[in-house]
Amino acid sequence: MQKISGDNFISEIVQKHNNDPQQLTSILHDVQEASGQNYVAEPWARQIAELLQTPISHVYEVLTFYSMFSTEPKGKVLIEICNSAPCRFNRSHELLAWCKEELGIGVGEITPDGEFGIAYTSCVGACDVSPSLKIGEDVYGNLNRSKLTQLINSFRENRPELREPLICQN
Amino acid sequence: MSKLINLISMGAGEVAPEDIKAYQQIGGFEALKKAMSMSPAQIVEEVKAAKLLGRGGAAFPLGIKWEHLLHIEGEPKYIVCNADEGEPGTFKDRFVLRQVPLRLFEGIAIAGYVFNSPKAYIYLRGEYRDLKEKLLSIIDKAKSAGFLGKNILGSNYSLEIEIISGAGAYICGENSALLNSTEGKVGRPRIKPPHLAEVGLFQMPTLVNNVESLAAIPEILLLGGQRYLELGHPDSGGSKLISLAGHCLQRGIYEIPLGRLTLRDIIFDPELGGGIADGKKLKFFHLGGQSGAIGHPDQLDTVYSYTDLRAAGLSVGSGAVVVMDESVSILEYLKAVNEFFIHESCGKCVPCREGNRQIHKILDRLLIPGAATRTDLATLRRLIDTMTAASFCGLGQTAAVAISTAWKHFKSEFEANVVDGPEHYKLAVG
Ligand SMILES: Cc1cc2nc3c(=O)[nH]c(=O)nc-3n(C[C@H](O)[C@H](O)[C@H](O)COP(=O)(O)O)c2cc1C
Ligand code: SF4
Ligand code: FES
Repeated sequence: MQKISGDNFISEIVQKHNNDPQQLTSILHDVQEASGQNYVAEPWARQIAELLQTPISHVYEVLTFYSMFSTEPKGKVLIEICNSAPCRFNRSHELLAWCKEELGIGVGEITPDGEFGIAYTSCVGACDVSPSLKIGEDVYGNLNRSKLTQLINSFRENRPELREPLICQN
Repeated sequence: MSKLINLISMGAGEVAPEDIKAYQQIGGFEALKKAMSMSPAQIVEEVKAAKLLGRGGAAFPLGIKWEHLLHIEGEPKYIVCNADEGEPGTFKDRFVLRQVPLRLFEGIAIAGYVFNSPKAYIYLRGEYRDLKEKLLSIIDKAKSAGFLGKNILGSNYSLEIEIISGAGAYICGENSALLNSTEGKVGRPRIKPPHLAEVGLFQMPTLVNNVESLAAIPEILLLGGQRYLELGHPDSGGSKLISLAGHCLQRGIYEIPLGRLTLRDIIFDPELGGGIADGKKLKFFHLGGQSGAIGHPDQLDTVYSYTDLRAAGLSVGSGAVVVMDESVSILEYLKAVNEFFIHESCGKCVPCREGNRQIHKILDRLLIPGAATRTDLATLRRLIDTMTAASFCGLGQTAAVAISTAWKHFKSEFEANVVDGPEHYKLAVG
């Protein structure tokens, strides 16, 4: 598992957003990204609340309301497969089956090394290239079996150049 | 002659989205210049004449909304651009944000000038965070060129634009939930009245408009409201961006003149959808998003305009056109729609939170031979009616539109598994 980049990463992120409570969702997005496991742990949520001078209950309310946030680790590379109707009836189950074959895990699970997780998401606005999936901020569409392997390998081998051509630019 | 039109999409794919000079060469920022030589009331008159209906889904006339806000007392007034685009099957705002963001910024600047707003917010859905940095850098460029920021075009008017990130909640697209979320709160809808024009963002008068609506403003001013109206339908001027998805051959974004094309053109014309993939037959289409109506092939000759679609029991909504072929079970499809609403219900009110779940149980039973009874159908009808009538916001009020429209078109498939069974469900639901 990736170690968080230092003790004060929370205050750095909050400062980047000018200690502005209105930016809470952006702060949580950044913390989640920096966590290396796509989640916000309780001590971090407490620290955010203190820095923003807002009740911890408010931070948790926001954290648990939005589906992009998690209070539990979700894996370093979280593969989010679109499960909305246009994708669901356009072979999104194949994407899931291929991910399962590659990683040996299903939806809501994490590989034992914590490297990969799989989740469902609602429409990511890439229905023109469906079935679509999202990893981090990037969306991938029109995938076939070999492109999916290439995508997963690019993370395994830490070679971003392998996945760049696959990122949806529409 | 092309069936398409390019008002909003002009320059898309040809002009680099961040290239201000190139945007100016195709007429960019001319509308802003023109606007700033006009009075706010004159601008509002043009928008009214254009009969531009809100492109976010609710189809409220922009001119009327703007006129109302113009007459409301209170400063500052805020502009909020709704870029939450959460309706599955819809990706046209993403197209605008990616391809022609300067046209959107120009529209926001014009709206800002009309209401003398110091600040505009773009509420960008969490799933589009990949666009945020790019958009911010384009805003900076437009500022340096004098089209945004301090003293726009050398005038006394200044406008800052801030981008707020959503985090995956469809309900935040509802305008009052959007404002709550923009304020850093949880995105649940507010009770209305008070109207958002009066008590909006941070309790101040606020304009909420969709990305596509605001991006249409520059062309309205350049052409004049009357000419813009003439390009579309007499009741609803101009063009609409269609998101074409599902089982048609050529999925994508198409800008079409309102009132000129039929649904058949959209799905089958070689310039648009190009027909159904894999040689299959069209079974149904789903218009306007998951909250919209399901249409039958018999309705293919309906003209695509707000008026004609409404008369046919359909709607424009977000402009989504999801095409499904004969291999799809209507009940399975409706279950997917229903699961979306279960997931996205904010939980504030019972009819929506609980109604959607109960509907799911019945849809499940309808899929199993002999598992559902006539009583289930009666219960389903009652659940739909209750949820539609008693839900707190538009999400619950429209969550069953797909089910009730599909029920009419595909009655036999819908009721194929139903038996005249025991009446115990009647007891259970009272
Ligand atoms: C559940 C729900 C979700 C909505 N989602 C969106 C959305 O994603 N984008 C949008 O522009 N409008 C959405 N709307 C409509 C907005 O409430 C509002 O009418 C719209 O932003 C006004 O802008 P317009 O008049 O320019 O369309 C939604 C409404 C409801 C009830
Ligand atoms: S209708 Fe649904 S989304 Fe709207 S307030 Fe009620 S529970 Fe929330
Ligand atoms: S439905 Fe999957 S990206 Fe839109």
